[in-house]
Amino acid sequence: MIRFDSVSKSYPGTSRPALNGVNIEVLKGEFVFLVGASGSGKSSFLRLILKEEKPSRGNIHVLGQHVNTLPSRKVPYFRRSIGVVFQDFRLLPQKTVYDNVAFTLQVIGKSKGFIQEAVPDTLKMVGLAGKSGRYPHELSGGEQQRVAIARAIVNKPAILLADEPTGNLDPQTSQGIMSLLERINLGGTTVLMATHDAGIVDQMQRRVIELISGQIVRDERGGSYVTTTIPIQTLGLGNPEGLRA
Amino acid sequence: MRLGLVLGEAGQGLRRNVAMVISVVLVTFISLTFVGTAILLQMQIGQMKGYWYDRAQVAIYLCTANDVTGNCASANATADQIAAVKAQLESATLKPYIKKISFEDHAEAFKNLKEQFPGSALVSFTKPSDLNESYRVNLNDPNKDAAIIIEDTRGLAGVQAVEDQRAYLDQIFSVLNAASLTAIGLAVLMLVAAVLLIATTIRLSAFSRRREIGIMRLVGASNRYIQTPFILEGVFAALIGSVLAGVAIVAIVQFFVKGYLGSAAVLGSTTTLVGPQQAWIVVPILIVLGAVLASASAGAAISRYLKV
Repeated sequence: MIRFDSVSKSYPGTSRPALNGVNIEVLKGEFVFLVGASGSGKSSFLRLILKEEKPSRGNIHVLGQHVNTLPSRKVPYFRRSIGVVFQDFRLLPQKTVYDNVAFTLQVIGKSKGFIQEAVPDTLKMVGLAGKSGRYPHELSGGEQQRVAIARAIVNKPAILLADEPTGNLDPQTSQGIMSLLERINLGGTTVLMATHDAGIVDQMQRRVIELISGQIVRDERGGSYVTTTIPIQTLGLGNPEGLRA
Repeated sequence: MRLGLVLGEAGQGLRRNVAMVISVVLVTFISLTFVGTAILLQMQIGQMKGYWYDRAQVAIYLCTANDVTGNCASANATADQIAAVKAQLESATLKPYIKKISFEDHAEAFKNLKEQFPGSALVSFTKPSDLNESYRVNLNDPNKDAAIIIEDTRGLAGVQAVEDQRAYLDQIFSVLNAASLTAIGLAVLMLVAAVLLIATTIRLSAFSRRREIGIMRLVGASNRYIQTPFILEGVFAALIGSVLAGVAIVAIVQFFVKGYLGSAAVLGSTTTLVGPQQAWIVVPILIVLGAVLASASAGAAISRYLKV
């Protein structure tokens, strides 16, 4: 579903790569947590999957497509099978909940009939059935994130990327969001979630990939947020090889 | 792609940017009016060349009793001399170049003078014998052959001077040409301003909608879907400008060229002028030019937002 073969990503003007020789494979239907300090490369990882960035080295395959060589005119169609959720929701403030979700389908040219069916269904699934006429500023943070999730999944993507989706929410609201993501995952969607929320990771007991300075230092199934093998106070010294020893 | 949505987006952009859109309309209007004027001037030159070069003659002036210049010695050209000039013109060497020869004697020349300057004091001082008799030669190809005729007749006895009338016309044409080049120069400068203004307007419009664009890109809207409203926005503003320019061109032709210049008092009796027919050729050129420039600059401006 998602495969990285020794992928490196350097941004111009910095000597330290954001990702350094990353090898990973994520299978269909998996739920993966991506953990690591700020600047460890989590967001670069997600952006590479979306082809918002090009890798400096290495090969990326997503959904059977060789992302490196995907021509830019095909990128929009490629992105239609990937949903994305952000920490800051990114809703359109002047559109209602319904229109925010419908917007996704409108701009990829879905028919009115399809939109009228799919949007209420999705809103019901995320638990916002009664709020389709509200505007984002009238909703709580948790509800706004649900709208964003509805927008990401309304087109039934095969992959859902979530970049710290609970970063702005209190623990209880986060729980709600997580059970929603879990339900989406149970529906067959591969979920990849970058997070700092230790409680959630520990509780869910899913696959955990930990990044330090652009390198994968841990990939365990049923893992928790903190690994016992790495003393927390030595993180970020820029010498992960040494740290692992 | 759904047309209604795209048009709606474009309309929204136009409403949000009214001031910029008005400036785009004005700048394209003025620049394209200059372009149109330049094209009309070129058409005018072409038309006048066609008209006048056809009528332009080489005039071989024969001596009068007053002339001392040329091959004259204060004596009227004799009948023999006149016949010799005619024979030269009808000779095998010159004949192929010549379409028509006519002879203007003293009486005819005086009559033409009276017609040209009616009531002028000049006429009362002039006797028919003061005016040169002349051969008027129409050439098959005035552009190439005039020099040959001049060369072959200038030296003949009794010839005062040989003149190619096109020399007078060329001055007029070079003035008109300079005017049209000036108009084109101004038009190009204004068009550069128009193109930059359209690009800026579209960039502003895209900036104010960057959230939507970001989300559209994220959820996989095709580039064409994203850019079309912006290009339409630029093209629409430019089209208003070019239609106004078209109206201005038609008005100039109708009221200034035809109404004022074309009236008998000014130029109407002596030359043909561009008319509505030519104006209707210019108008579509302006509209297409406006639309093409606007879509190109808007497309270039928005492409920055679409890079992967």
